[in-house]
Amino acid sequence: MATIDERAMLPDGLPEKPYRPPVLAPGYTPGTVTDKISSVVLAKTPRWWYVAFGLSFCVMMLFLASVTWLFAKGVGIWGVNQPVGWGFAIVNFVWWIGIGHAGTLISAILLLLRQEWRTSINRFAEAMTLFAVACAGMFPVLHLGRPWLAYWLFPYPNTMGLWPQFRSPLIWDVFAVSTYATVSLLFWYVGLIPDLATLRDRAKNRVSQIFYGFFSMGWRGSASHWHNYEAAYLLLAGLATPLVVSVHTVVSFDFAIGIVPGWHSTIFPPYFVAGAIYDGFAMVLTLTIPLRAAFGLQDFITTRHLQNMAKVMLATGLIVVYGYGIEIFFSAYSANRYEQFMILNRITGPYHLHWILLIVCNAIVPQLLWFRKVRTNPVPLWIVCMFVNVGMWLERFVIVITSLHRDFLPSSWGMYRGTIFDWGTFIGTIGLFLTLLFLFIRFLPMISIAEMRALTPGSRGEGMETPE
Amino acid sequence: MSIHIEERPILYGLMAEFDTPEDLIRAVERVRATGFRQVEAYTPYPIEEVSHALGLHHSWMSLLVLIGGILGGTGGYLLQYWVNLYAYPMNVGGRPMHSWPAFIVPTFECTILMAALFAVFGMFALNGLPQPYHPVFNVPRFAEASRAHFFLVIKAADPRFDRQATEKLLSDLNPSEVAEVEV
Amino acid sequence: MNESDDQKPGPPTEATDAIGRMGQSTPIDLEAVQEKLRAEPGPAMWRSLDELAGTPDFQEWLHREFPRQASEWVEPADDGVSRRAFLQLAGGSLGLAGLTACTKQPLERIVPYVRQPEEIVPGKPLYFASTHVHGGYGYGVLATSHTGRPTKIEGNPDHPASLGATDVFAQASVLDLYDPNRSQAIVNLGRIRTWGAFVNEASPLLKAQQALGGEGVRILTGTVTSPTFADQMKTILAQYPKARWHRWEPAAAHDEYRAAVAALGGPHDRIYDLTQAKVILSLGSDFLTQGPGSLRYSRDFSRGRQVRAKRPVMNRLYAVESMPTNTGTLADHRLPLPPDEVAGFALALAAALGVASGAPAAPLSPRAQQLVAAVAKDLQANPGASLVVADGYAPQAVQVLALAMNEKLGNVGKTVRYIRPVEADPVDHLRSIQELVIDLNAGKVEALFVLGGNPVYTAPADLGFAAAYQKARLRVHHGLYQDETAQLSQWHIPEAHPLETWSDARAFDGTASLVQPLIEPLYESKSAHELLGLFANQIDASAYDIVHAYWQKNLHAAGAAGGDPEAAFRKALHDGLIPGTAEPAVTAAVNGGAVAQAAASISGAKPDPQAITLLFRPDPTVYDGRYAGNPWLQELPNPMTKLVWDNALVVGPALARRLKVQIEDVVEVSIRGRKVKAAVWVQPGHADRSATLHLGYGRWSAGPVGNGRGVNAYALRTTDALWAVAGIGLKRTGDTFNLASTQNHHLLESGTDEMPTAEKEVMARRPVRTGTLPDFLKDPNLVHEKPGLPKTPETTGAEDLTLYPRYEYKGYAWGMAIDLNVCTGCSACVVACQAENNIPTVGKEQVLKQRAMHWLRIDRYFEGDPDDPQVHHQPVPCMQCENAPCELVCPVAATVHSAEGLNDMVYNRCVGTRYCSNNCPYKVRRFNFLRYSNHDVPVLKLRENPDVTVRMRGVMEKCTYCVQRINRAKIDTEVAGRTVVPGDVQTACAQACPTEAIVFGDNNNPAWESTKRKADPLNYALLEELNTRPRTTYLAKLRNPNPDLLGATPEGKRI
Repeated sequence: MATIDERAMLPDGLPEKPYRPPVLAPGYTPGTVTDKISSVVLAKTPRWWYVAFGLSFCVMMLFLASVTWLFAKGVGIWGVNQPVGWGFAIVNFVWWIGIGHAGTLISAILLLLRQEWRTSINRFAEAMTLFAVACAGMFPVLHLGRPWLAYWLFPYPNTMGLWPQFRSPLIWDVFAVSTYATVSLLFWYVGLIPDLATLRDRAKNRVSQIFYGFFSMGWRGSASHWHNYEAAYLLLAGLATPLVVSVHTVVSFDFAIGIVPGWHSTIFPPYFVAGAIYDGFAMVLTLTIPLRAAFGLQDFITTRHLQNMAKVMLATGLIVVYGYGIEIFFSAYSANRYEQFMILNRITGPYHLHWILLIVCNAIVPQLLWFRKVRTNPVPLWIVCMFVNVGMWLERFVIVITSLHRDFLPSSWGMYRGTIFDWGTFIGTIGLFLTLLFLFIRFLPMISIAEMRALTPGSRGEGMETPE
Repeated sequence: MSIHIEERPILYGLMAEFDTPEDLIRAVERVRATGFRQVEAYTPYPIEEVSHALGLHHSWMSLLVLIGGILGGTGGYLLQYWVNLYAYPMNVGGRPMHSWPAFIVPTFECTILMAALFAVFGMFALNGLPQPYHPVFNVPRFAEASRAHFFLVIKAADPRFDRQATEKLLSDLNPSEVAEVEV
Repeated sequence: MNESDDQKPGPPTEATDAIGRMGQSTPIDLEAVQEKLRAEPGPAMWRSLDELAGTPDFQEWLHREFPRQASEWVEPADDGVSRRAFLQLAGGSLGLAGLTACTKQPLERIVPYVRQPEEIVPGKPLYFASTHVHGGYGYGVLATSHTGRPTKIEGNPDHPASLGATDVFAQASVLDLYDPNRSQAIVNLGRIRTWGAFVNEASPLLKAQQALGGEGVRILTGTVTSPTFADQMKTILAQYPKARWHRWEPAAAHDEYRAAVAALGGPHDRIYDLTQAKVILSLGSDFLTQGPGSLRYSRDFSRGRQVRAKRPVMNRLYAVESMPTNTGTLADHRLPLPPDEVAGFALALAAALGVASGAPAAPLSPRAQQLVAAVAKDLQANPGASLVVADGYAPQAVQVLALAMNEKLGNVGKTVRYIRPVEADPVDHLRSIQELVIDLNAGKVEALFVLGGNPVYTAPADLGFAAAYQKARLRVHHGLYQDETAQLSQWHIPEAHPLETWSDARAFDGTASLVQPLIEPLYESKSAHELLGLFANQIDASAYDIVHAYWQKNLHAAGAAGGDPEAAFRKALHDGLIPGTAEPAVTAAVNGGAVAQAAASISGAKPDPQAITLLFRPDPTVYDGRYAGNPWLQELPNPMTKLVWDNALVVGPALARRLKVQIEDVVEVSIRGRKVKAAVWVQPGHADRSATLHLGYGRWSAGPVGNGRGVNAYALRTTDALWAVAGIGLKRTGDTFNLASTQNHHLLESGTDEMPTAEKEVMARRPVRTGTLPDFLKDPNLVHEKPGLPKTPETTGAEDLTLYPRYEYKGYAWGMAIDLNVCTGCSACVVACQAENNIPTVGKEQVLKQRAMHWLRIDRYFEGDPDDPQVHHQPVPCMQCENAPCELVCPVAATVHSAEGLNDMVYNRCVGTRYCSNNCPYKVRRFNFLRYSNHDVPVLKLRENPDVTVRMRGVMEKCTYCVQRINRAKIDTEVAGRTVVPGDVQTACAQACPTEAIVFGDNNNPAWESTKRKADPLNYALLEELNTRPRTTYLAKLRNPNPDLLGATPEGKRI
């Protein structure tokens, strides 16, 4: 126990409390940990899973329908117009990408910071990252006027002798997002290998033995394996750390590089990254709180985890609020007529309701997280997280639409309204996300077994520490 | 002697199973002290002392990743340079052909991507993965290696290996069980 | 649509038709047949005597057997021997032959070239001089023909009424030619019949009438200036002395005619010479964009208003009007007054000038009185160099006073001259149609021929024309469309489009010019001349024969090139006008009695201070409704309201406030029991106590494009109040109706009173920079933030902020300069751009979604008090920025810069991220959100300009400075071994512009006008602080206020 307490410094370095709930309930041995977690996968499928999966699948069909009509008719079925050339698609893209960030942050940055408490949530968070990026990745393609030509954005030798235009932030996006997706996938998979081996060895029926056997690639857990494995995993973490910062920075360039008032701002990169982490943690909590109840994993995902994540949310949330403030200050200080009008229009213009709602969701409600009661109590915590999820979507809506709808020449001002197809596509991706998520929790261990074993008392495991 | 010569081909080595990491670590140290070098330990989770005991210190991973990163970075930048100055120079928004600040982002991403790919596939290569078959899988108890138990294998290929002597040595390390590993 | 008519074999032998007529006495007249055969050049093939004789029976049979081929047989024989005709025809076929590749193969055999005719080079257009006729009056145009397909109309620089400029109607007329909704066959009670069948029915009746002196024959036309037509009518009326020729031109300036008769003793036309006019007063007149002389007037007016540092002089324009007009927007002092007060103003001014006595019944506002004094002083200070222009739609009294004032000011013979009427046999149209209705109701009318026009729709409501019309025993309608009148006629004869047939017309100053066809008629159709041939027993005569014959006789009279009349005719065709046909000035004196009477009628009229006056005006885009079927004009924003696809009850803010109505509220307009429901549009600058309703909407037989758009103003328009009716009732219905406007519609839509926000920003951002002439003289750089050098991108501080070296553009550097001082907002450039660049129309729904496609838009800004604002028009094409923000963000390099500084758009590389549009500060990029261009109607493909790609769905498009024209000029000049110099190339917008507001050129060559303008201190770039370095720049708008009114009036401060 002592060792654990000593290790369990909180990320925000708050003074030690007399009692600190452990990252793993007492009384667990590597064997019991293994049995408990792998049973979730190997045991018979619970009935509620079918229900949940079925529902998500239906919602995903909504996505399929919307996209089919989109390809048949063109982006005109959406609300986009002159001057608002970007609508829901880009809002959703930024939102989903943002959600992804928590996963990478937990698995990479907290690993480097030696935060054991990450162990029981990183697998799940990484999976969430992957699925969020999958959803996000589709929107830039869908919103194209001619989506069937999306591959022109990749640099490949072709008969036209034409290459992408590397000065465009959209090309930067292509590089950033595809790199992000690849690295996240590898990171996640590498983390999975030992657990896949475990499942291979414990699976009863042939099909799953072959399935897990194939993907565990003959992992034996030999000391030399572990030796290289840990080095690789740590290096990946090191690589993923700048990546998690860079991805949303690049996404923010899509706006910051543009000259549209409300986009063209130097505060965007940090402010977008903070927002992403904020939203990401909110989403992790939104998902883990019900799941840990469903699978009775309270021993592994303890209130300590909820607390720490809530604290991260609080911290990043405050950075975001600072971003809002600085935006207003900049516009006033810039003495730039367009900037000043943009802020004024954001707050008092036709979309002022969106802005107010955004402030309520992102700036006011999360202040509840100052209270330990809220942080430690799943239900209120979950509600706060929902507010943040909505608020962060609104933030992107406000940035994209209110900046575009009234830019330089009053003659070309306009209004934007999402159509049912906009909504269909958006809600549809949520269905896709949940569908993938339910498949994941059903067929793969949602908590890293190998890493949990190392946390068991007396395991002498060093967690994920570096060999010196 | 000739008997051993006959046995060797069908025997991969001897495997001892331990219940606690401490036993394993002690065992490894003893075996190494005896002079065995063809030794491998199997644990359900990484244990530093074990690798130390086995004398595993240096890893090539960092170098691999560095190489990958350099390749990715220079490759990414050179592609952009070549495209904009030689392959298809175009006046884009009055910007110079060599708009280096704009080229930084793809360069960075290429660096990370290649480094990551080298890290993962380098690790596979160094660990000889994927490897669907390995003799240790022939031991039924070995399934415990991916759960909670700890295993030590002395390979028959080790010059000091002797069927009986080695088995005796292992049994003295209070294993829960000692088994033959067939090829 | 009927493909068979697209591909026509050669012109049928004259024999078939000619004998067709003779053979009507069914026994075949063999002598005649043989005689015709002898007359036939070359062998004529024929299947049977019947066929050769073309008896009606045979033609009926033919219709039964081969309905599709039938048309070939009853085709009007064209000038079979003319090489040009053959080339046009063959060329047309070739063009179509090419097209068949992209559509399904037609069933008909097309005519291939036997030998490649030397004139037609595919890809190289030919230009033919012709005449565009609008409201009876014509002006010279040059029609572009691509391998036989007319694709574009330009003005004829040699023609005095055009000087190379065009209006929206001429630009859009080329679309009518290919309109799939045009009537395509002779229809008798809903059945398709043949010309022969019609002749069969008509001839006996006419024969019978001839015996009676034609007392039962009536012919109804619009305004006619065509000398040939007039000549034909003369002979007909000689043959049928008792027949009557009625006229009804719904949007003609009827009171102009009356005023002239009353005051000048004859229906003289007035011609203004605005080059001479230093001070101009417009009493509600929109002489710059309305009326037959508007193009010429625009040019002359603009010449007196293009201020430069080197030439800092400009004329002064006062406008006193109710509905804001394009002319009014250029006024240096504009005073919005209700119609009755405009009359009062005229009287007060006349009194001040001492041409009339008496004062308006209702005393004028102090401001109006002040203006009267100032204007009077100003006018008197410029005797012979001033001009008072009264609206042709204004009450007779006002126009009489205007005549008198001009005379008093010694302007007659200088800025205004009288000529004999250009209209053939001028009559009072209103009385003319009234008489017709009386005869109809009296059952006196045996046969009524409606040639052009649509009286059932346009006749004054109280005449009950529709009912009366059906009392005529034989009703024949001749028109381009099966319109409302056609529905009530037994016979509908399709009219040949001016680009398909021969005719002639006269311009506002009398200059006559010829209409010549560029293509064989697409559909079975007749020209008016051919129809009149029916009366003169020349059923077989083609339009060419008739027009040609007439001018053979009259060219000498017209004093054209002596000697060979054929040569003179060819020359007239080539030049596009007939020299010496302009009307000489005649002298006439205003008779005092009429003036006194006019004065009395104004001072006598006691206006009810509460009464609201409703004005009827022709619509700036669909005119009197005849263009309602033309999508280009339907989607062309009204220059003032920016409304498309509908008309609305236009009211001023003051009236809207009092009635508590908002934009899009539906109100019930009632006049003496007549009611219509109309949506309200609040128009800043519209006078209080008055409302305007544009004609031409609410049609019910205008095809899919025109049907049910807007409200029918004719339903309220009665004989005693054609242009203005006082004391209307307005009742809120509580409903609302979506009006599509291309500018700021959404602002008003969003309920909250947003307009001020926008206006505040406009004032602050100053997209249109303004000043006054005196201030400009003091400080030439007054329109630039920094005093000192003109603020061109080179000299802005912004220039230094960039890290990057600047591109040097050697060789050509295309640029554009737009003089806001002379832009009237007439929108000819917008339609010209649409025609030149194959820009699709998107329909009302898409416009409501803010997806209009016009590459060139005209921004309209208001400045100052909503009740009396200054209005600015600003044409906004692509700025072709040298530091283009759009290019930087395109991920696939679909938009990049050319070596000549053009911001090129590569359609087939575009993937449609729309990032470029977001990043364009001018929002001049247009996106194909859906599939807007029409690939389904084959005939519409004929119209497309082959030099411009037709864009597909999901592709961004934008103004290219008509790069196809630039490249042609470059190729042609390179072939000639020289470089492109002024006159070699013009963008479509610049070419159409009547006021030379838009000019295009090479910034590296000082010879171009655009380059000269860019050197002027008035030159500024839109949003130049962004350092986009636009190639399109503007010359600031200057006003030339009357010193006496400066400061004293609210206007004075509004600068």
